[in-house]
Amino acid sequence: MTVESQQTIPTSAPPPPPPPEHREGSSAAMRASFSTPLASVIVVIITVLWTIPILGLLVTSIRPQKDVASSGWWTFFTHPTFTLENYTNVLGGGGSGGSGGLAPFFINSFIITIPGALFPLALASMAAYALAWVPFRGSTFIFFAIFALQVVPLQMSLIPLLQLFNNNFTIFGIHIPTPVLSGYSAYLPVWIAHTMFALPLATFLLHNFISQLPRALFEAARVDGASHFLIFRKIVLPLSTPAIASFAIFQFLWVWNDLLVALTFAGGSNNAPLTARLSQLTGAFGSKWELLTSGAFIAIIVPLIVFFSLQRFFVRGLLAGSVKG
Amino acid sequence: MSVPHLSTAVLSTNFVADSIPKFTQMLIALAVFFAVILLIFFLAARARGKAQTPLALLIFLGPAVVLLLIGLVMPAIRTISLSFFNADSNKFVGGKNYGWAFTDPDMRKILITTVLWLVVAPIFATSLGLMLALLIDRMKHESVPKSFMFMPMAISFVGASIIWKFIYDYRDPSNAQIGLLNQVVLWLGWKNPPNWLLTQPLNNFLLMVIMIWVQTGFAMVVLSAAIKAIPSDVIEAASLDGATGVRLFRTVTVPMIRNTLVVVFTTILIAVLKIFDIVRTVTGGQFGTQVLSNEMYNQTFALYDNGRGAALAVVLFVGVLPVMTYNVVQLRKERANR
Repeated sequence: MTVESQQTIPTSAPPPPPPPEHREGSSAAMRASFSTPLASVIVVIITVLWTIPILGLLVTSIRPQKDVASSGWWTFFTHPTFTLENYTNVLGGGGSGGSGGLAPFFINSFIITIPGALFPLALASMAAYALAWVPFRGSTFIFFAIFALQVVPLQMSLIPLLQLFNNNFTIFGIHIPTPVLSGYSAYLPVWIAHTMFALPLATFLLHNFISQLPRALFEAARVDGASHFLIFRKIVLPLSTPAIASFAIFQFLWVWNDLLVALTFAGGSNNAPLTARLSQLTGAFGSKWELLTSGAFIAIIVPLIVFFSLQRFFVRGLLAGSVKG
Repeated sequence: MSVPHLSTAVLSTNFVADSIPKFTQMLIALAVFFAVILLIFFLAARARGKAQTPLALLIFLGPAVVLLLIGLVMPAIRTISLSFFNADSNKFVGGKNYGWAFTDPDMRKILITTVLWLVVAPIFATSLGLMLALLIDRMKHESVPKSFMFMPMAISFVGASIIWKFIYDYRDPSNAQIGLLNQVVLWLGWKNPPNWLLTQPLNNFLLMVIMIWVQTGFAMVVLSAAIKAIPSDVIEAASLDGATGVRLFRTVTVPMIRNTLVVVFTTILIAVLKIFDIVRTVTGGQFGTQVLSNEMYNQTFALYDNGRGAALAVVLFVGVLPVMTYNVVQLRKERANR
């Protein structure tokens, strides 16, 4: 494990699962003291149990509608039947009782998630640099204030923020005019809300990393007359890539999987992401399991791809961010 | 495989036509955002002399501070004040909303359910995670089971809820079953299983299983790393003194990873206190499964009672505050120890 990755995680977060030959720490004695084939058997059983729910989802989503409704998905293994019709139906809206397909919502998820991850990342890395390497009075105070904001659950912000975004904000009976954000782009409220909610954690984590960069680099750059802007672009950003990548992945998945912010700031409309739409359809589709399972699989396939391809960064980022409010 | 029908054709034309403006909006937003930052950087980098540092601070720190003031500080203060007003926020009602939150029979039930969640889910997820971490530590190919158990953490609560709602699907025992749970208990010889999601208080525990399914992998991965970080001489010394098995675990392993255990437990605790997606997706809070966070949403956005909604948000905040403060302080301490 590199020094950088340790700095990425301020918590007790672990390194990614190390390859067996690099095992360290727990000694042979300790392993031997419990080591039984029983341990492996239990782990294998639980792993299988943990995987069955997702397997059931996948299998159901590729079975024809009449089979899904009339027999359990486990009969697939004795009577395999296969179709992709559920996916074309659920994406395109066929067979869903006129409620439209999921394809536009799938697109919405990307449209919401990409800026929802990039905006806070840019602003937080700038703030983190200022707090770490631009000395000024009140620096510590602002750092702690941002740090402390992590304890505010986002439920505390929903009502006032929605009023503000909709030009419906009054104090002491006086209406404070504010721009109606959705007038510019229907996605603007949800992008800004995600940016705001991500900032405390993002600033804190990136500050941890950026403040650990070698002081000599900054001093040399200053002596050469480099501005803060040049230092930020040429030194901070390139050297912070591991921390930025970890947080980017965490934030991407957080926004992709989010329901509460989406329902509040993009809910019910044509601009809702998959999570909001699926949650709604769970009631509407009732027992149309072939559609619900294929819809859910479409929603989880993106995080799963990210998970299996970027597992290292993913585990780091997710654990570092597990305290997000 | 069936013939792709009409919907596919409709999909391709409408879908593309609808998607282009969306992507255009996104690309414009990203382009404007980064162009403005670059332009400001470019202009501000020309500043010389005394103004340099204040200007840099304003540009680097200003946006984050302003967004946090507007997005979190101001709303939090306002939510607290709204909680003392009526549904339309035009009449001061004192502590009436809080009185309602703690005395109304429905609310009481909701609070009891929430407390039940807080007691059961974190304990199960953490102890199961600890057990797995200990067992896995003794395996050769640990990364495979770790990946699979961690997988639920990657997907949304909405996805997990649909997966499990399907497992809990109930059909009369005389019919062919499609819900795995009902089928398994029938195979095991239970003649008349209950209608799972409608049966109180059983349904609450079934919802908690979803949370445990998601959080156990998280607990396991974090605790496993903590166990590996125990210096091997500590373990060797203990085993030379004759500590083995459960005794070694109780007297050496657990005390050595105590801090991590607490962080894992409290992290799950906070997630459970704010649980919203699972209840909303699986039961919609019906059949005695409503919890605090979902009720807050309902009061605000379904019943349009800003006063009650705000009061419940404050209750949630006060509940989260001590745990979260502890966690955040703990994080800081660990960082200082590095």
